[in-house]
Amino acid sequence: MLETTARPRKATLSPPLDTRYPIETPEGIDLPVRPAGLMVRALAFSIDLGLRGLILGLLFMVLAFLGKLGAGLGSILLFVVSWWYMVLFEVLNQGRSPGKQWMGLRVVHDDGTSVGWSASLLRNLLRFVDMLPFGYFLGAISCLQHPNFKRLGDLAAGTLVIYREQPLCRPQLPAAEPQRPAFALALAEQRAILGFAERQGELSEARVAELAAILAQPLQLSAPQAVAELNGIARGLLGPA
Amino acid sequence: MKQSLFESRHKAEWAQFSLLLERLERNREASRAASFPGDYRRLCHHLALARERGYSSFLIDSLQQQVLRGHQQLYRHRSRPGAEALSFILADFPRLVREQWRFVLAAGLIFFGSLIGIALLVMLFPDLVYNLIPAEQVSEMQSMYDPNAGHLGRSAERAASEDWVMFGYYIMHNIGIAFQTFASGLLFGLGSAFYLFYNGLMIGAVAGHLTQIGYGQTFWSFVIGHGAFELSAIALAGAAGLQLGWALIAPGRLRRAEALRLAARKSVLLICGVMVFLLIAAFIEAYWSSMTGVAPMTKYLVGAALWLLVAVYLLFAGRTRHAPE
Repeated sequence: MLETTARPRKATLSPPLDTRYPIETPEGIDLPVRPAGLMVRALAFSIDLGLRGLILGLLFMVLAFLGKLGAGLGSILLFVVSWWYMVLFEVLNQGRSPGKQWMGLRVVHDDGTSVGWSASLLRNLLRFVDMLPFGYFLGAISCLQHPNFKRLGDLAAGTLVIYREQPLCRPQLPAAEPQRPAFALALAEQRAILGFAERQGELSEARVAELAAILAQPLQLSAPQAVAELNGIARGLLGPA
Repeated sequence: MKQSLFESRHKAEWAQFSLLLERLERNREASRAASFPGDYRRLCHHLALARERGYSSFLIDSLQQQVLRGHQQLYRHRSRPGAEALSFILADFPRLVREQWRFVLAAGLIFFGSLIGIALLVMLFPDLVYNLIPAEQVSEMQSMYDPNAGHLGRSAERAASEDWVMFGYYIMHNIGIAFQTFASGLLFGLGSAFYLFYNGLMIGAVAGHLTQIGYGQTFWSFVIGHGAFELSAIALAGAAGLQLGWALIAPGRLRRAEALRLAARKSVLLICGVMVFLLIAAFIEAYWSSMTGVAPMTKYLVGAALWLLVAVYLLFAGRTRHAPE
């Protein structure tokens, strides 16, 4: 019985349905991150655009009182805000401009490290090309055809826009009597049953019953109590609390 | 080992690690983090175990998050901007320019070739300037550099505050042009070539026209000083752009994306140097070129010295290995 479980353990898990980009660390671990797509990035950019407009509007109102000095300062500020806003935020705020922060995104290098000065400068300078010939046309095309949604600036700079990790909260496993499965489960099957138990709170009762009914037959469970027995198996896998 | 036992055994360790992570994320030079690499690798070990034993998604996901955060702290690209900036200006930048001499030469030929060519053509055929530049702008240029108006440069009787205005304007305008020239090189170098050619045409036409109508003295004495930095900076920005484009046209034995990334890493350094050049140019333009009390001869001499300085700097700085480091 034990031998049968040994083989699938070495097998890699089946690739997930979601878009994932694996970062292999020097420790030999694949860290999956989720690259962000065109829509959410466009939203983040429009938030940044609006914010920049707001900043410039306010600054010019203040600088208007300073006369000539204000005009000089104003054009330097216009330069800083239009070319450096993204770079400064991305480097000093862990890859997050305010728009990206709002949408839960961040910029990282391809190897998963926080974005640095040269990469950030490069990806934001090349934004000019992404905007050609109008309204991010080239950038959007590049983003849509690339498996990790990179625009041209990202390609050249070797950066990636990913979803920021949100803090997880511990799911409550439904109460059940711990129970052994009828036969040894493979790795993916174990995780699937644990996943079923962990996510039960988010599913409707009918859906839970439906999913359990699919599993009842192969796991040799009694159909009416399938849900309770699956929860039991999950409890058993998890061990005593 | 069952998951709950595994969790309860290492819970304290994980909590402590996440506290350490938070501290590292908040301030970059957190002290007493000597244990961090060891803790991080132990966490990686736990994650590998959790995956191997098929623990629940929640546990694996939260360990993954911690490991990712740890990875970002441990493998940060650390830099010492102060020391690096100095050695960059003293040695690395001119070295890089010489290393990329093919692109610099090509960009220089396009830019200065079109500039000088059109200037000569305009002097031979004066009406040509109206084909390139609208008539209103030409007359505006004329009034700016009119030697009879008794002032030099782009505005009359400039006070110190006005120099400041122009300083800001030049930074905004010139660095913007340099960035455009560079970035559009991504379009297989065509954009950079276009901007180099276009800017060369515009500047050359104005220069040729003003010389031809006899305003040469005011114009040339105004532009010669900062031109040394400004024009060479535009050419260098174009060279950086051409380099990007060339990586796409002829990637060699690499894949295009890879070749582009390598070329981009070098070209962004060129752009940093270009920015320094343009800051210097804006400073000279606002505070020296616009000074009215200086004899044109002095301006020519200083201008020639600045051109020589730029040439010597780009050709010879950083040749000896150990000088700046």
